Amino acid sequence: MEWLAALGRAGLSFSAGLGRANLLLLASLRGLADLIWRPRLLFEQLYSIGVLTVLIIAVSGVFVGMVLGLQGYYILSRFGAEATLGVMVAASLVRELGPVVTALLFAGRAGSAMAAEIGLMKATEQLSGLEMMAVNPEHRVLTPRLIAGILSMPLLAALFSMLGVYGGWFVGVGLLGVDDGTYWAQMQSQIDWSGDVLNGVYKSLVFGIVCTWIAVFQGYDCDPTAEGVSRATTRTVVHSSLAVLGLDFVLTALMFN
Amino acid sequence: MSPKPPPSDTLVRIRGLSFSRGTRLIFDGIDMDIPRGGVTAIMGPSGTGKTTLLKLIGGQLKPDAGSIEVDGQAVHRLAKSALYDLRMRMGMLFQSGALLTDLSVFDNVAFPLREHTRLSPSMIRKLVLLKLEAVGLRGAQGLMPNELSGGMARRVALARAIALDPMMIMYDEPFAGQDPISMGVVVQMIRRLNDAARISSILVSHDVKETSAIADLVYVISDGKVIESGTPQDLAEHGREWTQQFMRGLPDGPVPFHFPAPDLAQDLFGVSA
Repeated sequence: MEWLAALGRAGLSFSAGLGRANLLLLASLRGLADLIWRPRLLFEQLYSIGVLTVLIIAVSGVFVGMVLGLQGYYILSRFGAEATLGVMVAASLVRELGPVVTALLFAGRAGSAMAAEIGLMKATEQLSGLEMMAVNPEHRVLTPRLIAGILSMPLLAALFSMLGVYGGWFVGVGLLGVDDGTYWAQMQSQIDWSGDVLNGVYKSLVFGIVCTWIAVFQGYDCDPTAEGVSRATTRTVVHSSLAVLGLDFVLTALMFN
Repeated sequence: MSPKPPPSDTLVRIRGLSFSRGTRLIFDGIDMDIPRGGVTAIMGPSGTGKTTLLKLIGGQLKPDAGSIEVDGQAVHRLAKSALYDLRMRMGMLFQSGALLTDLSVFDNVAFPLREHTRLSPSMIRKLVLLKLEAVGLRGAQGLMPNELSGGMARRVALARAIALDPMMIMYDEPFAGQDPISMGVVVQMIRRLNDAARISSILVSHDVKETSAIADLVYVISDGKVIESGTPQDLAEHGREWTQQFMRGLPDGPVPFHFPAPDLAQDLFGVSA
């Protein structure tokens, strides 16, 4: 019976956490009105969350595109279909790898930093200090980060995909001899704007909401100790990664039938 | 329309306050009256809930039972906007200082002014410099919090706490971890600010000597109850045995030196003495 009790406790704890996360999301969204009057707070977070993540996204995008070009060429050339390399690289990136890998990298770089920063603000009583200064910490601290994360993710995913396409072009056209015009022309004719590109954007938007929500919640809800902050950062990366991979399957099934 | 009644001499009125964390009872029906205009100290051993009491007064925690009134308003029943209005008239000095680490000393002190007033930047600058001058740190306005010593951080936090000219300031262990010079500075500053700005101060501490030097009224709490209250001299000279032990720092007395344990001989040799 002990295992049953443990299972029940885990279920209750999960439900309570989910409830707190939802309430926190609602409270943060109520801060949108404040944010309109203080755009500086949003710009600071866009820089911290978005701009500072550009480098890792750009480098990863190029290398993932190069690997796709290499692997794609070897498989497609067996069937004499290397002319479609551009389509394969672009479709893989805009539909799947762009949003998913960007979200995983985002969770590791920006999400963990967000959770640690908010957790440390809690541990050092900065959030309590804001409350006692009659400043709502949910509006002042969480809302700008949440919105900045949601806005940054699609842009970062687009950058990842774009640089990935160039990485694939470098390997396919530059190193392996695929025709330059064919690479781009096939891509242009076969990649659908709404079916491929927009669906990828929607995916990254959903991942942006989920990853940032998890990060701010874990930071805000953590125990105010060194161990608590450490756990919050770990949970941010683990939960975000699992949520992104699970949601990717659901969204893919819904979008591409 | 009836005229507004004159303010009571009691700024904070606590009646029948009970509060627990999980299964642990922190306060068990305590009553307290904190007068206006004085320095009131709340003292007691570590872990008795002194900081929790400040959080209850500031409305950051809600009591399980009883009432807490600040300036005639029941803090625990206020809506968020009314609570924030009340907090704008309260200052709180946290044990860690709680300075915003991404802002400079100047910006930390300017923070509440920028958030809650529409003063011009030049007026804010003048006010911030005056507040920093009051705590002796005008020259440190450009430093970041990580460049400050613990004592300096607490003085900057004090300047920030008085930025909006509050009616009361709550100090959470202001002397903890201070070197003698910093401690002397903070002791003087609390009394001087209280008298000069005609505010009320609530001081939570277990540093008997420093607190006794500036407090007008002392509440001693332990095991969820108010053990005794009075002036520091009264408590030191005529207090109960428990209070005397606490105020004089005696190692043994009603609070035993030894944590309850089995017989030493039994523990060492496995035989009864």
